[in-house]
Amino acid sequence: MSKQYETVIGLEVHVELATKTKIFCGCSTTFGAAPNTQTCPVCSGMPGSLPVLNRKVLEYAIAVGLATNCEITRYAKFDRKNYFYPDNPQNYQISQLYLPICRNGWVEIETKKGGLKRVGIHEIHMEEDAGKLIHDEWEDCSLVDYNRSGVPLIEIVSKPDMRSAEEVIAYLEKLRLLIQYLGASDCKLQEGSMRADVNLSVREVGAKQLGTRTEMKNLNSFKAISRAIAGETERQIDLIEAGERVIQETRRWDDTKGESYAMRSKEDAQDYRYFPDPDLVPVAVSDEMLKKIRAAQPEFRNEKMQRYREEFGIPDYDIEIITESKHMADIFEAATAICGQPKKVSNWLMGETLRLMKERETDAEDLRFSPEHLAKLIWLADKKLITGSVAKEVFEVMFEENVDPERYVEEMGLKTVNDEDSLRKTIAEVIAANPQSVADYRSGKEKAIGFLVGQTMKAMKGKADPAAVNQILREEIVK
Amino acid sequence: MEVTDMTAVELSAAIRDGQVTAVEAAEEMLARIEERDGIYNCYVTVDREGALAQARAVQEKIDAGELTGPLAGVPVAIKDNLCTEGLLTTCASRMLENFVPTYTAEAVMNLRRAGAVILGKTNMDEFAMGSTTETSAYGVTRNPWNPAHVPGGSSGGSAAAVAAGECCFALGSDTGGSIRQPAAYCGMVGMKPTYGTVSRYGLIAYGSSLDQIGPLTKDVTDCAAVLEAISSYDKKDSTSVKRQDTDFTSALVEDVQGLRIGIPNDYLGEGLDAEVRAAVLQAAEELARSGAVVERFDLSLVEYAIPAYYTIAAAEASSNLERFDGIKYGYRTKEYTGLHNMYKKSRSEGFGEEVKRRIMLGSFVLSSGYYDAYYLKALRVKALIKKAFDEAFAKYDVILGPVAPTTAPRLGESLADPIKMYLGDIYTIAVNLAGLPGISLPCGKDRNGLPIGLQLIGDCFQEKKLIRAAYTYEKSRGPFGIGPGTEKQDGRTGGIPS
Amino acid sequence: MANIISDETIEYVGILAKLELSQGEQEQAKADMGRMLDYIDKLGELDTTGVEPMSHVFPVQNVFREDVVTNNDMREQMLLNAPEEKDGMFVVPKTFL
Repeated sequence: MSKQYETVIGLEVHVELATKTKIFCGCSTTFGAAPNTQTCPVCSGMPGSLPVLNRKVLEYAIAVGLATNCEITRYAKFDRKNYFYPDNPQNYQISQLYLPICRNGWVEIETKKGGLKRVGIHEIHMEEDAGKLIHDEWEDCSLVDYNRSGVPLIEIVSKPDMRSAEEVIAYLEKLRLLIQYLGASDCKLQEGSMRADVNLSVREVGAKQLGTRTEMKNLNSFKAISRAIAGETERQIDLIEAGERVIQETRRWDDTKGESYAMRSKEDAQDYRYFPDPDLVPVAVSDEMLKKIRAAQPEFRNEKMQRYREEFGIPDYDIEIITESKHMADIFEAATAICGQPKKVSNWLMGETLRLMKERETDAEDLRFSPEHLAKLIWLADKKLITGSVAKEVFEVMFEENVDPERYVEEMGLKTVNDEDSLRKTIAEVIAANPQSVADYRSGKEKAIGFLVGQTMKAMKGKADPAAVNQILREEIVK
Repeated sequence: MEVTDMTAVELSAAIRDGQVTAVEAAEEMLARIEERDGIYNCYVTVDREGALAQARAVQEKIDAGELTGPLAGVPVAIKDNLCTEGLLTTCASRMLENFVPTYTAEAVMNLRRAGAVILGKTNMDEFAMGSTTETSAYGVTRNPWNPAHVPGGSSGGSAAAVAAGECCFALGSDTGGSIRQPAAYCGMVGMKPTYGTVSRYGLIAYGSSLDQIGPLTKDVTDCAAVLEAISSYDKKDSTSVKRQDTDFTSALVEDVQGLRIGIPNDYLGEGLDAEVRAAVLQAAEELARSGAVVERFDLSLVEYAIPAYYTIAAAEASSNLERFDGIKYGYRTKEYTGLHNMYKKSRSEGFGEEVKRRIMLGSFVLSSGYYDAYYLKALRVKALIKKAFDEAFAKYDVILGPVAPTTAPRLGESLADPIKMYLGDIYTIAVNLAGLPGISLPCGKDRNGLPIGLQLIGDCFQEKKLIRAAYTYEKSRGPFGIGPGTEKQDGRTGGIPS
Repeated sequence: MANIISDETIEYVGILAKLELSQGEQEQAKADMGRMLDYIDKLGELDTTGVEPMSHVFPVQNVFREDVVTNNDMREQMLLNAPEEKDGMFVVPKTFL
């Protein structure tokens, strides 16, 4: 390759909003119900039914717009996007083209070199999700489930400001955090509550004009996004190098094959005939509405990090990890409020919690233990009612099932044995069984005591206070 | 007087007084349908059992004193584009030949709450697209005044059913004149209320920004009573308007003293039949004699209403009718290869010619490159038309004119030339574009004995002025007759034509 | 006739509207649409500079529902109308995947 190319990327990110009901009807949005059991005449496209906007959808969309420095459109409308597809029961999607709710915003991302970069947001609009198509391999047909039809979405359209997969992922992480902090969505890529379509073009470094772009769909993970960006960049450069032209089209990424293919067919004219939906009335955002939403905006990550530094005196590294998830930060703050020991709470999160998350491959958003239980566990350990190793064992159960640690310790008989007689008895047995180590200690090898403590703890099934064991051991050996 | 000759207000009074029961009234209507509908074909579906069951339930409530209103126990017919739970709703289309809604339209619910008894569903132009009820997939409806003529459309089945005494009153829908014009052709009273007055929830949409449901009745009194019953603010319809002034029967007052009436010169010009013109002007004189101040004026822009209307209505229809795809309900073609072929064959076989013509036009005017030139242009013209009416209503309380350029044409004469057919809507269409209320009531007959309609148009939310003017005119005009045929003792006409 | 509608245009509109016309219908549709567009072109005579397109006649705005679940499961009733149904879902010809 003689020429140097630059990749230019813009993103269309769809986020499912965390409302209880759909955008235009009173059907539940709960995930995982039996097919078509959360449908009504409106979201299944029955003749004569009419949409009415869910107020919460507008509030969430505005909140996200404010968090991403957008201008809020004071007079917004809904438009119909017309196209035939079975997952779309009306064969038009209610969306916003002409007057979307938010425009001209930006978010800041950290670049690889450690600098800050602004990614522009062209617009954010509200729209309805489509139903789900299930492919029946046996009957050679497809089945339609409209439970997801009408679930509220916002589509966040960025400007073509990104130049690499790293920047794309930093941007997505940034959006995810902001939206999770707002409580507007859980933003799970795998479950589809956050979906990103990648608009990508290449051009020679230094060129002023943008190249022809393609739109890539079906990207279900950060890894898939990275691979798709690499693959599409290469495909476009190959075309240009071969003297061919890039065609503006929508392509579907197949992550298992590691390649994409064009989705266009003769029957897809891609002429959506947008026009204002006559069944919905305009949305006029008043000063009061805006003021109310602005006042209800939560503390975002940067502010939170600053406050943690001032209030809790825990290391910057801990702060960074904890605030990376709104959910984890919530647990931290609530547990700290109860037990008053930020450092200890932080240690549990940074240590055992991260270890188990990694081991079980779960997200911070999925943490199930309650801050009350974590605070209680810390209290149990502080009071030396359980030992450190028992605490870890109990925490693991809490991590899985959010058990009450106090009750669990009680039921499983895990309380530290404070009965000195039985402790001295066990220690006598350990000393008798390990003459060599005892001799080593006596000859000045301080290390040997550690081994003996371990043996004692083992014999006590961990239910002894290691400090007490240490002390008694020394007394007994010196005797 | 026979049940089939009574108005709703007369019949409900008779039921309240115990002269007749709701069940007997329903039975007499069903017998009349049995006797006559073979000729007129007003109904697509007659719900005999359902009607009798409703009548029994309503009678119990009347006896218990729970239902006392003017529609309690009164048999009604519903246009077949209004959803009725458990009762076939076809839009007179093959596309919905087997569609049974899971819910009932709000306007129909309001009638049921008032104790009206639903007899069945009336014939119409397919998906309300037409002016003659000849585009129905279930056969043409004939005009009870002369079965060789059309009843008008698209609510032709509803108008004809009232005229033939096959129901006491009916609901229709009006997108460009579809209540007022068949009312005129059938000698009935029809009203299109201000946009947003009657909930559209459950009305299978044609042109959503233009559609309104309204009554077709035997006289103005019934019109006011029915409108009062069906009007409601509905949270399920975002375009529904909260109104406090829906006590329309309070406007049944014989007084037009000082009422300012304007007759647009544009409504009396070329294309208007001389007999219709004479009858309409005579009605205006009648109102002047009763104390109204009648003037002629230039409304302007009238000739632009039709092209603007057909652009907007076709565009909205093309989108509204996309949901008929052979997947969730309705017609699916028998043989197909793949998804898009299934769509195309189902829709091409399920829809009739006029519906396809408008869908094609609507899809075209919204398509890439034409949206601004056609659709947005039409919306701008709509704004100008609204402004012209605003200016007119600064000077007049009511605008008076004909409903249609002619009386009911003969069957088969209209469909050949779409443009000519569309021109027949010239006096009714602008009312829908501007969201205004309009009422149609009979003001004479032509030399062939076919009814002529008078149209009164009011400013938004001024239905009461229309009702007052129409009621006053009706009183001075005298009885017009319900349905066709031989003279009756009370001066009304009735019976089956030869 | 000022507007001449080509076969390509009719076919394109057929794709958008999912309608398939026979040869005879296609000729008729071309003629009809041409005439209709000629008629609609009459709107061009009006100067609408500076006139806002009017979608809604009344300035009704901000009509909302509260975020409260109000609907029940109506699947069985809804599926009674389905031309083809399986496992509580609507059956459609195999879609592209």
